[in-house]
Amino acid sequence: MLATYAIPDVIVFVVASALMLVGAVLVITVKNPVHSALSLIMTFFGIAIAFIELDAHFLAAVEIIVYAGAIVVLFLFVIMFLGVDRPDVDTGEPLVGQRPLAALGVLITVAGVVVMMAHSHWVTGASSASTNGIPSQGGNDNIKALGTAVFTTYLYAFEITSALLIIAVVGAVILARKERSLDLVGEDA
Amino acid sequence: MHLVLFAAGDPLYDNGVGWAVLAIVAIKVLVAFGALMGAVTLMIWFERKLISDMQSRIGPQRWGPFGLLQTLADGIKLFFKEDLIPNQADRFVFKLAPYLALIPALLTFAIVPVGGTVTVASHTFLLQVADPPIGILLLLAMSGISVYGVMLAGWSSGSKYPLLSSVRASAQMISYEAALGMTIVTIVLATGSLSTHDIVTAQAHGVWHWNVLRLGLVPFAVFLIAITAELNRPPFDVVEAESELVGGFHTEYSSLRFALFFLAEFMNTITMSAIMVTLFFGGPAGWVPNIPHIRWVFPILWFLGKTVVFAFCYIWFRAALPRMRYDQLMSFGWKRLIPLSLGWMLVVAGFFVNKSWGFAMAALVLVASLALTRSFEIGATREQGPESVLPVVGARPMSAEKLRAVTDGDVESGEEEN
Repeated sequence: MLATYAIPDVIVFVVASALMLVGAVLVITVKNPVHSALSLIMTFFGIAIAFIELDAHFLAAVEIIVYAGAIVVLFLFVIMFLGVDRPDVDTGEPLVGQRPLAALGVLITVAGVVVMMAHSHWVTGASSASTNGIPSQGGNDNIKALGTAVFTTYLYAFEITSALLIIAVVGAVILARKERSLDLVGEDA
Repeated sequence: MHLVLFAAGDPLYDNGVGWAVLAIVAIKVLVAFGALMGAVTLMIWFERKLISDMQSRIGPQRWGPFGLLQTLADGIKLFFKEDLIPNQADRFVFKLAPYLALIPALLTFAIVPVGGTVTVASHTFLLQVADPPIGILLLLAMSGISVYGVMLAGWSSGSKYPLLSSVRASAQMISYEAALGMTIVTIVLATGSLSTHDIVTAQAHGVWHWNVLRLGLVPFAVFLIAITAELNRPPFDVVEAESELVGGFHTEYSSLRFALFFLAEFMNTITMSAIMVTLFFGGPAGWVPNIPHIRWVFPILWFLGKTVVFAFCYIWFRAALPRMRYDQLMSFGWKRLIPLSLGWMLVVAGFFVNKSWGFAMAALVLVASLALTRSFEIGATREQGPESVLPVVGARPMSAEKLRAVTDGDVESGEEEN
C-alpha cells in the first residue's frame, strides 16, 4: 500500500502525525496548564499540516486562525487570570465516577474509528474523505467550492449556527455582567 | 502593464520541481531573510533618527556615517551582556517566547509580492517567497500566533508587571483581529482571490484600481488602526506602557533575548507596512520606463518607496500621538472599529452585486448604526448617569460625584478602592 504514495507525502504525513500525537499526549500528561495549552497549539499545527496535505488549504488556515490564534489565547487568558497554574490547586476528582465514564468514552471513540476503518478508505481515500464526492480541486478552486457549498447547499445550517453563536455570546455577557448596586461597593472591597 | 497575469500560483512550479527550482526557492528565502534583517537595522536607525529630529535632538551619530552603524553597535553590546533568567521564571517558556515573537514576523513577509515576475536561466518566477492558495489568510494566522510571544514572555517571567502586560496583550490582540479580518474580507471580495499575487495584479492598472480608493477610504483607515494595535505600536502600546508597567512584557529580559523582541517588533513594523502596500496601494504597481533589461527593477523600487512611506507613518505616530488609555482602547476596538468595518463590508458587497442592492445595504447599515448609537447612549447612562451601577473590571472610571460618594464616607475603604 505504501508504494502508491510519493516519498514527500509520506514524510509530511509522518511529521504531521508525530506533531499531533506528541502534542495530544503532552496536553494530558504535563502538570502545568500553560504547558498543556502550548502542547495543544502543537497539535493544531499538526492538524493544519495534515489539512494542507489533503489540499484543504482553507481549513488549515482556519485551524490556525481560530483554534491556535483565538481559542487557546482565551484559554491562556483564563489560566493567567484565575492563576490555576499555581501548584497548590486541588487535584482531586470533582466528578464522582469520572474515570469509568472516561474509559467508556474512549471505548466508544475507538470503536467508531474501527467501524469507520472497516467501511471506508479513511487512510487511502484522501479525496473521498475531504471533498465529499466533488472531484478534488487544488488552490483557489477548493476555497470557491467550499464557499459555494456553505452558501447554497448548507445555507440554513450555516446561518442557524451563526445565530446560535450570537445567542451564546449574548447569554455569556448577561451571565457575566451581574449588576451590583452602589451600596454594595463598600462591603465588597 | 508590466505584471503578467497568472491565475494559479507561481509559474516556477509549472514544469515540475527539480533541483534548479529548489535552488531558486532557497535563494529567494535567503535573500528575503537577509534583506529583512538589513531592513530592520535600517528601520531602527530610521526610527531613532526621525524621532530625535522631531524632538529637537541629534540622535545616534557616532558610529558610521549619520550613525548608521549604531544598531550594529547596540546589537554587539546586547550580545555580550549577561543573560539573566529570574528565579520565579518558567525556564523553558521563558527561553521559547522570544522565538515565538520573531518567527511569525518572518513568515508573514513570505507572502508579500516584492516585484513582478523575473526570468533567470529559462525559469520564470514571482518576486515573492511564496504564493500559497490561502494567501492573505496567512497574515491573519501569523498575527494570531504572534500574540503568544508577548503573552508567554509576560507569564513566564514570574513577575507581576509582565503578567499584567501579557493579559493586556492577549485581550487587545484578539479585539483588533476581528476588525482586521473584516477589512481583509472586503479586499478579498473585491479581488475574488485570497492570493496576494492576485490582489496586487488586480490593482495593477492605475491608481483608480488601488483598493485604497476603490473600496473607499474606510477599509484602509480601519486596517491601519487595527494593524497598529496588533503591532502594539504607539498610540496603542499599552502592553509596554512604561508609566504603568515598568517595561511591559520584556521587563525581565536581558541580553540577546531582549534584542530578539526588538528585532521582532521592528520586523513586524516593516512587514505590516509592506502588507498595507500590498493590500491597498497596488504593491509593486507603478510607472515603468521602457528601458530594456532593467524593467524588472522598477516595480521593486515602487514597492520599496511605498513601504518606506508607511514605515515613516509608524514613526510619526510614535512621535506625535499620546498613548491611549486601556479601556478607551478596548471600547474603541469593539464599539467603533468592528461595527464600522462590518457595515462597510456589507455595503461594498452590496455594490458588487448591483447598485440597488448597494443602496439597500447602505440604508440598512445606516439604520443599524443609528440603533447602535442609541444603545451606546443607553449603556453610557447605565454606567455614568443617575441610574448607574458599578462597572465591571476594565470599564471606564466612575463619574466624579460617584467616586466622591464612595470614597468620602470611609477613608479606609476608599483607599482599598484605589
